[in-house]
Amino acid sequence: MRTKLLIVTLFFGFFMTFPLMAAPASGGNETHEQEFNAGHLIIDHIVDSHEWHIATIGHTHITIPLPVILIDQGKFHVFSSSKFHHGHSSYKGFKIETERNANKGKIVKVIPGTMQTDTAAEKPIDLSITKTVAGIFVSFLVVILIFSSVARSYTRNKGHAPRGLQSVLEPLILFIRDEVAKPSIGKHYERFMPFLLTLFFFIFFTNLIGLIPLFPGGANVTGNIGVTLVLAAFTFMMTAFSGNKSYWQHIFNTPGVPWWLKFPIPLFPIIEITGVVVKPFVLMIRLFANITAGHIIVLGFVSLIFVFGKISPGLGYGVSVVSVFFAVFISVLELLVAFIQAYVFTLLSALYFGMATEEHAHAAEHH
Amino acid sequence: MTILSVLMQVATDLAPLAKMAAAFGAGIAAIAAAFGIGNIGRAALESIARQPEASGDIRSNMIVSAALIEGVAFFAIVVCLLILFI
Repeated sequence: MRTKLLIVTLFFGFFMTFPLMAAPASGGNETHEQEFNAGHLIIDHIVDSHEWHIATIGHTHITIPLPVILIDQGKFHVFSSSKFHHGHSSYKGFKIETERNANKGKIVKVIPGTMQTDTAAEKPIDLSITKTVAGIFVSFLVVILIFSSVARSYTRNKGHAPRGLQSVLEPLILFIRDEVAKPSIGKHYERFMPFLLTLFFFIFFTNLIGLIPLFPGGANVTGNIGVTLVLAAFTFMMTAFSGNKSYWQHIFNTPGVPWWLKFPIPLFPIIEITGVVVKPFVLMIRLFANITAGHIIVLGFVSLIFVFGKISPGLGYGVSVVSVFFAVFISVLELLVAFIQAYVFTLLSALYFGMATEEHAHAAEHH
Repeated sequence: MTILSVLMQVATDLAPLAKMAAAFGAGIAAIAAAFGIGNIGRAALESIARQPEASGDIRSNMIVSAALIEGVAFFAIVVCLLILFI
């Protein structure tokens, strides 16, 4: 109980160190952005940013500025992104790019003394705590809180039936063990259980938290291809490092394939090696595209209200009934997709581990 | 002569054509995914009708296959989104 209190206090304390920033949205180059642009709205909600936008009341944006950590030519720069004043000013020679080009939202260097982007200079190495990273912290805290509590209940309730949070998680954990790990991996499934469980619950909870529109939910974490890249890289590295001899033999010298597909031009080994790389790559794209597409659809339905509202307010109100209904329906579907995508990612990772550690069926008859 | 001038105009700025092509691509990806997953659904329902006791097994396999096929469809969607927004 005390550790839980400590963790929750640290979490809220972490966010309270960034004083809320309320800034007027007016300014020379902002007035023409009053015009509603659905495409821009959707993109701005999907991509990463250096501040966590909570609400816009009238003309004021309420945001939480996140820390900016840069390495520029060997020197560390750490400061709060509130110094950028929502992209209106530069600080220490950096600014947030506001033009809609490839660098939009990222930190670029300015020509000293002006606000113009220095196109000749390289961008600094950006290690900032951005919205996605803060979203990962939120999800990580949720997972740790839930699982430390459940682990403690298991030690306290030894021999008794599960109660409370245990009874919610136990079917899921047993499901991963009995339906995903054991059938796919076979004998050595216990080695991979910690990773598979972490993967499943992290992806599942992160997907769910991304669907909550209020702070601290709503950061598009698994819809960021960098995050899914890292998860797929973990799977790739674990398959590569736990591959046994027959696994690598199947890749480089597949038994049963005629020699002329392997010798002068190693066609089959090339196909198998691309398979080794493509399988985690597809894992990455599948999770990223599913979650991002879901967010885009919900944002699209909501933008539809404003697009019609521009034509006439009555039409806006009429469309809003239909739009809200569809948005709720899609959000419910997204709940299902959140679970299915976490399950499929875990299942395929387990399958790849199983293939890597498979004892060859007829290893007895060694060639 | 007019066709030539229209083609010349098109050749200088292909962005609208690219956007139209991206939209078509996304539509074709949706059709293909619907076709594929519809097939899976049909086979799953027929198998459940033949042997209702296996419906749990069949359901999990159906969902896994559907997710894999959706993965491929999403490849196409991601390419179209790249054209539209980058």
